[in-house]
Amino acid sequence: MVESIIQDISIESLRNGDRAEFAQLVDAYSAPIYRLGLRMLGNEQDAEDVLQNTFLSALTHLPAFEGRSSVLTWLYRIAVNEALMILRRGKPEVNIDDTDLSDDNDQISPTQFVDWGALPEDELLSSEGKQALDTAIQNLPENLRMVFLLRDIQDLSIKDTADTLNLTEANVKVRLLRARLLLREQLSYYYGERMMKEKSNG
Amino acid sequence: MAESTHETCEGLLGSLSDYIDGDLGAELCRQIEKHIAECEDCRIVVDTTRKTVDLVHASNDPQTGLPDDVRDRLYKRLNLDDYLKPSAK
Ligand SMILES: [Zn+2]
Repeated sequence: MVESIIQDISIESLRNGDRAEFAQLVDAYSAPIYRLGLRMLGNEQDAEDVLQNTFLSALTHLPAFEGRSSVLTWLYRIAVNEALMILRRGKPEVNIDDTDLSDDNDQISPTQFVDWGALPEDELLSSEGKQALDTAIQNLPENLRMVFLLRDIQDLSIKDTADTLNLTEANVKVRLLRARLLLREQLSYYYGERMMKEKSNG
Repeated sequence: MAESTHETCEGLLGSLSDYIDGDLGAELCRQIEKHIAECEDCRIVVDTTRKTVDLVHASNDPQTGLPDDVRDRLYKRLNLDDYLKPSAK
């Protein structure tokens, strides 16, 4: 969807400082970058800062862009770094490096076995349900959330997610699984309670 | 032995993401399906994890554009004001 726009944008023109081409790049990718910023930082002001800084930085670094990754992956990488800088302002311990995930075999074991998957769609996607999902995503540990956002929200491949975050693909897979299992646990609590209430209300 | 990996609940969990994303070979899929036909807990974990990912996709509207004021400020900041409106010159 977004990727298809890439065909029309000339890296050569971008590197040569073609402003019309750059405007096209901004037009194509500003919405996904802004959404990513919103998800990463949780507020509009910070998301707007990430958006502006990403394209300002892109403008500066375009001459050095070698085109080894797609432009979108490259922009995401800049945006993630901008977002991490903002996150670290508040909590300096934020770290998404490989090293904090040495115990790859340490799975998150499911503890909730409520069969909520068969609930009707309109109940699962009620505004309250969406809110529960948003909160659960927001509550993911930082190192899992970044992977989850790029893969499951921005729809990047495992490889592009790995490239964007400078992680190995194996590491991305481990984190993605953990993130999904953690979200599943959260949603199981939420929908489990709802199913109990419905039962008791007859 | 690789064939027996998905006989344990823990082994199945390791392939859960690939299974949901359709990145698993037919034989491994068959093993998982055999397991969850006999193991209710894993059947629920597979179903609800898949549903979780589905919900994330469904609640994430890629058509959501940039708010107009955010877009205006971005173009100003980048000195792209003259490209702000797609109207012909
Ligand atoms: Zn099992």
